[in-house]
Amino acid sequence: MKTPKELKYTRSHEWVKVESDGTLTVGITDHAQELMGDMVYVELPEVGRKLETGKECAVVESVKAASDVYAPVTGEVSAVNSAVADTPEMVNKDPYGAGWMFKMKSASKADVNGLLDATAYEALVASETH
Amino acid sequence: MPFIPHTDADVKAMLAAIGVASIDQLFEEIPERLRAGKLTQVPEGLGEMDVARLMTARANQDGSYLNFLGAGAYEHHIPAAVWEIVTRGEFYSAYTPYQAEASQGTLQLLYEYQTMMASLTGMDVSNASLYEGASGLAEAVLMAVRAHKKSRRVLMPQTVHPVYRQVVHAIVKNQAIELVELPHDPKGGHTALDALKAHASGDFAALVIPQPNFFGVLEEVDVLTDWAHANHMLVIGLVNPTALAILTPPGAWGTKGADIAVGEGQPLGAPLSSGGPYFGFMCCKQALVRQMPGRIIGATLDKDGKRGYTLTLQAREQHIRRSKATSNICTNQGLVVTAATIYMALLGPEGLERVAATSHANTLALVEKLTAIKGVTRIFNRPVFHETALRLDMPVSDVLRALEAQGIVGGYDLSGHYPQLGQALLVCATETRTPEDIAQYAFHLERIVSKRQLETRRAP
Repeated sequence: MKTPKELKYTRSHEWVKVESDGTLTVGITDHAQELMGDMVYVELPEVGRKLETGKECAVVESVKAASDVYAPVTGEVSAVNSAVADTPEMVNKDPYGAGWMFKMKSASKADVNGLLDATAYEALVASETH
Repeated sequence: MPFIPHTDADVKAMLAAIGVASIDQLFEEIPERLRAGKLTQVPEGLGEMDVARLMTARANQDGSYLNFLGAGAYEHHIPAAVWEIVTRGEFYSAYTPYQAEASQGTLQLLYEYQTMMASLTGMDVSNASLYEGASGLAEAVLMAVRAHKKSRRVLMPQTVHPVYRQVVHAIVKNQAIELVELPHDPKGGHTALDALKAHASGDFAALVIPQPNFFGVLEEVDVLTDWAHANHMLVIGLVNPTALAILTPPGAWGTKGADIAVGEGQPLGAPLSSGGPYFGFMCCKQALVRQMPGRIIGATLDKDGKRGYTLTLQAREQHIRRSKATSNICTNQGLVVTAATIYMALLGPEGLERVAATSHANTLALVEKLTAIKGVTRIFNRPVFHETALRLDMPVSDVLRALEAQGIVGGYDLSGHYPQLGQALLVCATETRTPEDIAQYAFHLERIVSKRQLETRRAP
């Protein structure tokens, strides 16, 4: 399981990257894609949609299950990765890179700072698997 | 295998193993007032001989009538082979299998069914069926709202079967979905574009288009479909499967085609049998496949390169997706669908077309005979499929009672659901009605109506 140090994480297995302009890039973690198995479909939010912390905003579907993706913080969707909608297997192959799902703008730095760091996320995963 | 395979001794042993004195004790945490208690309305069990006798007596109450009633359920000829094959053991016990891939025969049948339905409706995909047409329409409304995302309002013409409208309302009302009724055109009996204009840019998720509609009238499906799409709505086609053999399928309506097609599957091989079991069918465009409730069967190759069948797109079903499943119904009407598949296979496209064309011709012949009677007129001037609304100059219920006494079920009394139509009767003649049947109906109706006219004239 990979958990890059520079990223932030949620308890519901999303990762968040703070870009240089403050935009947040969001995807699902390596651990989450491993649990789900081969992805067959990704349903993305529309650009401009208002998101609220912890509310569902996208769906990933694998051969085994369909799961919701939750908004890591409150904000607005500024871009979506339409390439991942056409090739859902990107989420499996490169969850932290080409498999990103959407970008959003958040008004609150505190919200972002409140997310888990890599160490805390690894501890969470360890506790869930025991 | 009996439904409850445990003997008293089994039950005692199990209770002893978990240290509980009685089965009731297992339910103690449920407050008394919430328990259903004894089923007081359910009679004691009966032996097979008694049940057969009771059911024969009940069936005889239905009687044997010359039938001119449609209104959602249609009497068609069902080739004897259909139910002979359906009742074979391999099919008769086959419910939606839990170990699906172990039941290749059932999966193949459903695959064939889905292929036939997609072809008949002109849509990309079909599910493995729903309970019946009315709840199928409700599922289509829920599906359209899910897919649309922005609106929870749906345009529902009055020309949709009134019972369907009630069922849809009952299912969606507590999900904050609003059904907005559209009036029908008083002359044509269809949903006129003028009635829709008030709702342009009115923020709707979908428009329901019945074809033919409840009055048997053909809607202007191309115009309505294009209007709905221009106004950012999905189109739900509510269709009669027999009619599709001679009408434009919903997949080809307007420029882009309907998005969802649903309907009652009973005309495809299911007997009327006092109202059920029937089945609902549902088809849609590829783009909506992940919003469609129910099962889809796929064909693939096994490791030896042989063709095999498998359940696909299960991920959104209830057993995986729980409360967020596309529907809380994850069953289907397997046995009736089996009948429909065999019915369609036996008739083929040409046979189904002949059923549809003969039903249409018989209805036109019936209407010609009946409207030749003084006091009987057609209400609507638009083309029909195999039903027509007639206006009488006396109460319809009186006419139907008098016809019944002559062994004729004369049609459906529209005055209850559509009081604005006055004394209105909906009649139907499928391919099963002969010229003699039609002549007999006309003879008795003329006698009843003229007797009444005579009485009315005599009365001061």
